Order: sequence, then structure tokens, then C-alpha cells
Amino acid sequence: MIALSGVTKRYPGGREALCDVTLQVPEGEMVFLMGHSGAGKSTLLKLIAGIERPTRGSVVVNGQNVGALRARALPFLRRNFGLVFQDHKLLYDRNVFENVLLPLDILGYDRREAARRVRAALDKVGLLPHEKSMPIAMSGGEQQRLCIARAIVHRPAILLADEPTGNLDAAYAAEIGELFRSFNQVGATVVIATHDVQLAESLAPRLLTLASGRIGGDGAAGVTRTGEAPGETTAVGTVGSTRAGGAAGLTRAGGAADSTRAAGAADSTRAAGAAGSTRADGAAPAA
Amino acid sequence: MKSWLSHQSRALTGTLRKLVRSPLSTLFNVTVLGIALALPAALYVGLVNVQNAARAAAPEPQLTVFLALDATRPEVREIDSRLKKHDEVASLRFVSREQALEEMKRASGMAGIAEGLAQNPLPDAFVVDSRSAAPAALDRLRTEISGWPKVASVQLDTQWAQRLGALLELGRVGLLLLATLLAFALVAVTFNTIRLQILTQREEIEVATLIGATAAFIRRPFLYYGALLGLLGGAAACLLVWVALAVLNGALADLSYFYGARWELRYLAFADALSVLAFAAALGWLGAWLSVGRHLADVRPM
Repeated sequence: MIALSGVTKRYPGGREALCDVTLQVPEGEMVFLMGHSGAGKSTLLKLIAGIERPTRGSVVVNGQNVGALRARALPFLRRNFGLVFQDHKLLYDRNVFENVLLPLDILGYDRREAARRVRAALDKVGLLPHEKSMPIAMSGGEQQRLCIARAIVHRPAILLADEPTGNLDAAYAAEIGELFRSFNQVGATVVIATHDVQLAESLAPRLLTLASGRIGGDGAAGVTRTGEAPGETTAVGTVGSTRAGGAAGLTRAGGAADSTRAAGAADSTRAAGAAGSTRADGAAPAA
Repeated sequence: MKSWLSHQSRALTGTLRKLVRSPLSTLFNVTVLGIALALPAALYVGLVNVQNAARAAAPEPQLTVFLALDATRPEVREIDSRLKKHDEVASLRFVSREQALEEMKRASGMAGIAEGLAQNPLPDAFVVDSRSAAPAALDRLRTEISGWPKVASVQLDTQWAQRLGALLELGRVGLLLLATLLAFALVAVTFNTIRLQILTQREEIEVATLIGATAAFIRRPFLYYGALLGLLGGAAACLLVWVALAVLNGALADLSYFYGARWELRYLAFADALSVLAFAAALGWLGAWLSVGRHLADVRPM
């Protein structure tokens, strides 16, 4: 559960990146943050991950007020997240395998278990044959997928992605989209900042539109895209649509059904997560 | 606990890999630290050797009891029996004034002087071996005997050894000062090395912090690096001292051959070598710790 209320972020120098943003992302939901560059998408993700602190307002993740968290507690909050960075932030003195290993190293995983998980994550993004390569020798798309593998290798509860398909051609972008969807289907909350309309259309998540630091629209894919009835968009909150198979445009009633499902989601998703993990692990020896 | 251990071992192997990956800079760093540590270590070995040589050259502590010139035979016998009965006295030898004069005549260069004397100016004397070699006990014995009748003076033959001891003490203080100074140098060298490392590993630190690494996780490899660097520097210092002593001993063997003796410098004792290593590792760790505390905040994102 991510909840922002009245969040304003002003950078030194006076630029206001976000202005009075209030929103909630329930557990297990997939949300796209849409908007032009400079609209505050990245800032919003940074506030959620505790990389920046809000100037005003509160950011609450899993019941913890991120902005007020002590520095010592911050690492433990961050372990709930998988972060996909716009600039990848890969380590160029390490090979592909070692890059993906880093989060597990931080968590203190056993060597063999860690290696299995790394291979499973690399397999998911299709980079298993390149595990010994150095990232510098890879294409932009491959680097992006490597960054995603690193973000999901420790199976975080929340995946935050900043322009994850920015450097990918349409085919790869769709694949990455499916990856996020499958991740969402096993119970992870997924928040993606992007302006890739095609991706939004194919995944049909809840869409949040940011415009100059303010929430401009909240609704399902398709509805905001046509964008002709803003009143309508506020009435929509389709969390489960992605899981139900992409029926965009559920109404409030659907949202209510959602919330009951969300309440039960904790257990069911966990079970699903376990199923997913065995599947992922099973794939490793075969490779 | 298990994850703690795996964190430690992983930091250690990672650090070793880092050391091996840049062999040249590692070599130079280790050499600098080795030389800095070798200086006090060599001085220490020198002190130990001088001390040993002094102990070997020094005779058993003896007291020479000079009697008054007017002491008569019975009085001399009286003192003789008193000394023999004394608990602290192990053995004694009487040197009569005639005997002493004979010895003086025999001694080269003194013959002429002795011939020219109208009468024997030398007193009777006892050379006393004490049971205890402790300076305090010797001193007590000396003051006691000095108080006896017809005893002119009592001389303690260990005074030169005490002077040497004082001199060695001076050397030890000098060693301590030098060691302190070079310990600072060692800390400074690791401090700077770690600072450079932190700067080159900026990205790694940033990424690790962003994905949930604790400050301890970030700090650990640097601390290990500092300690390992110190340890290697200590090992280099021991090696340098060993090589220097081996060379000196080779030269000394030739010299001692002509004197018909066997002189040999002692090497750094095993326990001392171990403490050099431990000391160096601790200082390296300290330098790294200071550096990390100072520089990590500049690099880490929030």
C-alpha cells in the first residue's frame, strides 16, 4: 500500500516538481504514471522509494512514513522495492551475473540459492546466455532488461520503474510489458512512470496522469487516452482489470469488488508468488 | 548469524579480489606501509640485540668491600667471618693489599708508578658475590656493609650496567615516539587510499544504497581493505627487517671469524612479528574507518 497525501516537492532553486499530490496505490495494483517529461513522474517515484523527501505532505509505504524515516531504517524500507532506473545505474566493472547478484548480496543470500535466483531472473528477461558479458558491451535494450532483472531478482513487493521501455523497440517493449504484468499477477504492486502509450494500451492498467506536478487524471487505460470525459475518469479505479484479463473501464462497482479481492490478496498473492517462484527456479537447471 | 558470516566472508573475498585486480597500486601501497613499519621494527630489534649483548657481557653483580687502611689482621678476620655468616652473601674472595699491589705492578703501564711509591696505598678488600642480582637487594647489602667498622667503602660493580640500562630506556622512549609518528603515517596512507577508492566506487555505493544496502554493508569492504592493507604492510615490514638482519648477519659472521667468536644478531621473535602484524592491521582498519566516516556521506545518496 502506497499512500501520498498533499505531497509537494520543491527542489533547491525553487522549482516545484510536485504540487499537492494525493493518491493511493493498493497492494497488488498496477499503475502507470503518464505525463510529459518534467511532469514530476520521476520525482514521484523517488519520493516513494525514499530517495527524495517531500517538502510538504506525507508519503506512506506499508504503514511507514517514508519522509520521516530515520536514515538507519531507510535501507530496510528500500528492500521492499525493485527499482528500474531510467539511466539503468548498472555497474560497468561487473559482469551481467554480478550485477543481478548485488541485491541478493545485500540481503545476505546463500551463494547457491542466490545463483539460482539470478539465473531465474536473467532467464525471465532473456539474458541468461549473456550472464558472463559485461554491460558496457550490451545494447541499450539489453541494459534495460538487465536493470529489470536486477530489480526483480529479490522478488520485491513493489516494483518501481522509471521509463522501463524508453530504449526498447516495440517488440521488446511488449515483452517487458508482459514481464511486468506477470510480476503483477503474482501479487506485486507495480508503479511505472512512462510515456509509452502503446504499453499502457496493451497492459490496460490504472493510469495516473501528471501535468506540471499535479494529478491530471486517474483512470483506466483507454478512458484517459481518449481523454474526453475527465469526470468519468475519476469514477474509475481498475486495479484488477489487469489480472482479470485487461477489461479496461470497470466502474466503481468493479472497484468495490476489487477491494474485497485486495483484502484477500495478501494470502492468495503470496501463494501465487510461491508458485511463481518454483516455476522460475524450475527453469534455471533447464537452462 | 549465518547471513552475518556470509556478509563478512563475501566482503573479505571481494576485498582480496580488489587487491589482486590492481597489483601495482597494491604493491606500492604495501611497500610504503612496509617501510614505515620496518623503521620502528628494526629499531626494536636493534634494542633487543643490544640488551642481549649487554646481558652476555655483564659479569655477575659483585660488591667490592674496601677496608680502612689501618685495619688490623684480627679486624680483617672479624669482617671475613661476618661476611661468611651473612645470608645475602653467596661467596667471597679476599684480596690483601700486598696482592693488590702485585696485581697493579703486573698491570702494564702501572709498574713504574707502583715502583715509585714509598708505601702501599692500597687497602685490603673483599670481592663479594651476592645471592640476589636484584638492584634493590644489592643496594641494601651495600649500605649495610658500608656501616660496619673499618669498612672504608663498598663499590657496586653493576653501575655501568645500570647506566646502559638507562641508555636503553632512552632508546625505548625514542622507539615509542618513532612508532607513534609512523603509526600516524600508516593511518594517513590508508585514509587516503580508501578515500580514492570511495571516489572510484561512487556508482557502486550509490546503487547499493538505492537498493537497500545498510551503511554497514557499504562500509565493510573498505574496512576490510584497510585492515588487509595494514596486514600486508606489516608482513612487508617483517620481511624487510628479516632481510636486513640476514644481510647484516652475513657481514657479521666474517667479522666475528677474525675475532675468533660467533656473533649473531637475533631476528624478530615470532610473538613480536605477530604483534607487528596485529598492530598494522588495526591501524589500517582505523585509517579506513576514519576515511569512510568522513567521505561516505559525500558519495551516498540519501
